[in-house]
Amino acid sequence: MPEVSMTVNGTAVSGEVEGRTLLVEFLREGIGLTGTHVGCDTSQCGACVVHVDGASVKACTVFAMSLDGAEVKTIEGMANPDGSLGVIQAAFREHHGLQCGFCTPGMIMSAADLLQQNQSPTEGEVREWLEGNFCRCTGYHNIVKAILAAAADMRGQQVAAE
Amino acid sequence: MPKDAGIGASSKRREDARFVTGAGQYTDDINRPGQLYCHFLRSDIAHGRITNLDVSAARAAAGVVAVYTAEDLAAVGGVPCGWQVTDKNGEPMKEPKHPILAEGKVRHVGDPVVAIVADSLQAARDAAEAVDLDIEELPAVVSMSAAISGSAAAVHDEAPDNICYDWEFVAENKQAVDDAIANAAHVTRLELVNNRLVANPMEPRVAIGEFDRARDEHTLYTTSQNPHVIRLLMGAFVLSIPEHKLRVVAPDVGGGFGSKIYHYAEEAFVTWAAAQLHKPVKWTSTRSEAFLSDAQGRDHLTTIELALDADHNFTALRCSTLANMGAYLSTFAPCIPTWLHGTLLAGNYKTPLIFTNVKAVFTNTTPVDAYRGAGRPEATFQVERVIDKAARELEVDPAELRRKNFIPPDAFPYQTPVAVEYDTGDYHATLDKALDLASAAGFAARKAESESRGKLRGLGIASYIEACGIAPSSLVGALGARAGLYEAATVRVNPTGSISVFTGSHSHGQGHETTFAQVVADMLGCDEGAVDIVHGDTSKVPFGMGTYGSRSLAVGGSAIVKSVDKIIAKAKKIAAHLLEASEADIAFENGQFTVAGTDRSLAWGDVCLAAYVPHKYPIEEIEPGLEETSFYDPANFTYPAGAYVAEVEVDPETGVVEVLNFTAADDFGNVVNPMIVEGQVHGGLAQGLGQALLEGCVYDAEGQLQSASYMDYAMPRAGDFPMFTVDHSCVTPCTHNPLGVKGCGEAGAIGSPPALVNAVIDALQGGGYAVEHIDMPLTPKAVWHAMAAASPAAAAE
Repeated sequence: MPEVSMTVNGTAVSGEVEGRTLLVEFLREGIGLTGTHVGCDTSQCGACVVHVDGASVKACTVFAMSLDGAEVKTIEGMANPDGSLGVIQAAFREHHGLQCGFCTPGMIMSAADLLQQNQSPTEGEVREWLEGNFCRCTGYHNIVKAILAAAADMRGQQVAAE
Repeated sequence: MPKDAGIGASSKRREDARFVTGAGQYTDDINRPGQLYCHFLRSDIAHGRITNLDVSAARAAAGVVAVYTAEDLAAVGGVPCGWQVTDKNGEPMKEPKHPILAEGKVRHVGDPVVAIVADSLQAARDAAEAVDLDIEELPAVVSMSAAISGSAAAVHDEAPDNICYDWEFVAENKQAVDDAIANAAHVTRLELVNNRLVANPMEPRVAIGEFDRARDEHTLYTTSQNPHVIRLLMGAFVLSIPEHKLRVVAPDVGGGFGSKIYHYAEEAFVTWAAAQLHKPVKWTSTRSEAFLSDAQGRDHLTTIELALDADHNFTALRCSTLANMGAYLSTFAPCIPTWLHGTLLAGNYKTPLIFTNVKAVFTNTTPVDAYRGAGRPEATFQVERVIDKAARELEVDPAELRRKNFIPPDAFPYQTPVAVEYDTGDYHATLDKALDLASAAGFAARKAESESRGKLRGLGIASYIEACGIAPSSLVGALGARAGLYEAATVRVNPTGSISVFTGSHSHGQGHETTFAQVVADMLGCDEGAVDIVHGDTSKVPFGMGTYGSRSLAVGGSAIVKSVDKIIAKAKKIAAHLLEASEADIAFENGQFTVAGTDRSLAWGDVCLAAYVPHKYPIEEIEPGLEETSFYDPANFTYPAGAYVAEVEVDPETGVVEVLNFTAADDFGNVVNPMIVEGQVHGGLAQGLGQALLEGCVYDAEGQLQSASYMDYAMPRAGDFPMFTVDHSCVTPCTHNPLGVKGCGEAGAIGSPPALVNAVIDALQGGGYAVEHIDMPLTPKAVWHAMAAASPAAAAE
């Protein structure tokens, strides 16, 4: 079997994969990062969203083999270097933006991409962005609140840093 | 002032620390050493006879360890049903066998026929291609009305008319109801569909069987809402494994909504196969399999008639329902359209006479069972729709018609004519609160503004009541339950004073680890962080009936309270001994034991330590240690109730319905964690509005599920909803459980569909369209067609 090498959450990893091995399978079974979830088989639900070279990608839609040399970031890489929760993670907790937690990693990874593209999204823009992320527990209410709050926190941090 | 800890505080959830970091441990995250992978070859035909099944090539395929068919499972029982309904003639329901793998016949698309176990999932799937399976097609029984027409094929030989039971309730009221309807000043009649849904928790089902040969012990890791129930059903009825040799673990579970209550064939298979092969066997459902094999919800066809006198008092209600069971009886399926449905038909109203007939129907479709609300949404939908239709026919305000017929707040406890006795409630209060929060008084101006943009605006209301906290064991036993419905809890105080709580409730999103800790911390005057909540493992928890029917806090929480009460009583004895005082003089408050009227006191930790280091101890009177177990069996159901207001805009050009505002005013009794309660309501609303606007199972005439993936089944998305307005400030505490709580998990899904449909009808009628009813889901197509059939021109004629 061919071998693939990539950087996941800043660590170089490599492993043998079949041609049909999906990125999400490589992450979960190949290197044991089970925070990325599989909720469907038609690429609708978004439980598997990770970042590949800085952009959000559904890890069930790409073959691991095609990502040789890529930089991948998963939910396991979203905490601050000191281990404390990142801004979006903390906002989800603060605003009860999760219940069963299964969609949460994908939601957070998706939200992180939105907020790097748009620092001040409106409620409507957040809802539209989440079109590819299903949640069955929260009615999205508190997820939207959490993402808007995280955006405000990140803007505040930026102002403080300047 | 919001509290910052204990009962009433919006404590942040401790569960979140693992879920927001990817450190949760769901069943599919578990991999056992040496595990094999299972794939089920499922029928792609709804009804047929297996004429040829040759698995020899699959057995020889690369990576395959074993291939099993029904022949191999001859010594294994079928999947049991947990509730027996007795029909109107006193006969037990028809209960055909539900085999683990299809025996001779297939009865729905997705019925498992062959199980392939291989050293990789890919190998198992690939080998399925090598199975030689021929199925002779039989006529598929799909629509319920056709199924019972007398000319349909039989899904099961045991039920040639496809009727599982024909149930009447309240049978002795039948004549009186008929008479009242015949003599009524006005009768409103409505035929409606309660659309079939797929629960769709985001985590698909997973099961891992494991067998320890040296100890003769079986373990099942499974995505379950009630691991002890699975142990009981699978151990006693399917595999004949005694409890002490069978451990069932339901770790982090990614949502359930009812669909993970039931014992499923796949769980039994992997447990059995692991014992055959002496290796762990894992099965992970794909979403496509979930659509075909997870028990589905709702699917009622109902005719309802409401009789009113000249003063608009409700005088009688008569209902007739066909309820789809699917191809086999799932665990609780028979009780959903009967005891969780017929008993709720009084709703919030003093209707004196009620009669319903329910025929449960076998069809060649996936089994149907409880889905969030389970019977109560179906009851509420028909009652609230027919009341709204009556108000429109009589040209009275729908809110006023409801108020006129509400059970008044001073009438509690209130014995309904449908067996249940409501303990408390104030339906006027929640309706007034909901209308106030929804700014109903300003609706006319908003409607005019919508009209100026060519849109039709509508306001719809619905009241609801539900029976939660299921349930008194003696009562459900009399109604056919094959189990008790108490809950168990052990509270273990550790030597240094920290507390481990072992609860039979199971959290799969509800936040029990936080809420239950708040209750215990409040009672013991300690930090919530000192309390650990353990659930989901039959080897740790004494027993448990699990989580469904909004029962966890009302029943499971009450069991915890009982144990904590026992702990405090014992601790007081120890404190009295240590303080050399009379037990009657010991007060316990804020974690301190004090001799009344003195400054002599002991801290919680001192007493806990003494219980485990009993050097100075009343050893003649009590045993060392500080651990108590309780089983709490409720005296009654709880009755959460409330009122919901939907405000919608309909685009007459396209039929698109936009939910502008949705307001929920609920009476849940006392609330432990408002943040979590509000989150439960949000989620329930999204599922109810999903049912009303988007979701629905579509089977074609051959029994193929057309809506069998997220490509075709319209799951609610973030863009489908506004921010919700939720309120739980109207409180009439439950009178028969120690916390005064009622349960909040299902309310949103129960009250929202009728409110939404009522709002759309209001918008259309307000726009001059004589539309009386549209069956859910109210897709643009459904709304557009209803409008086209009743154009303003036609309405004007």
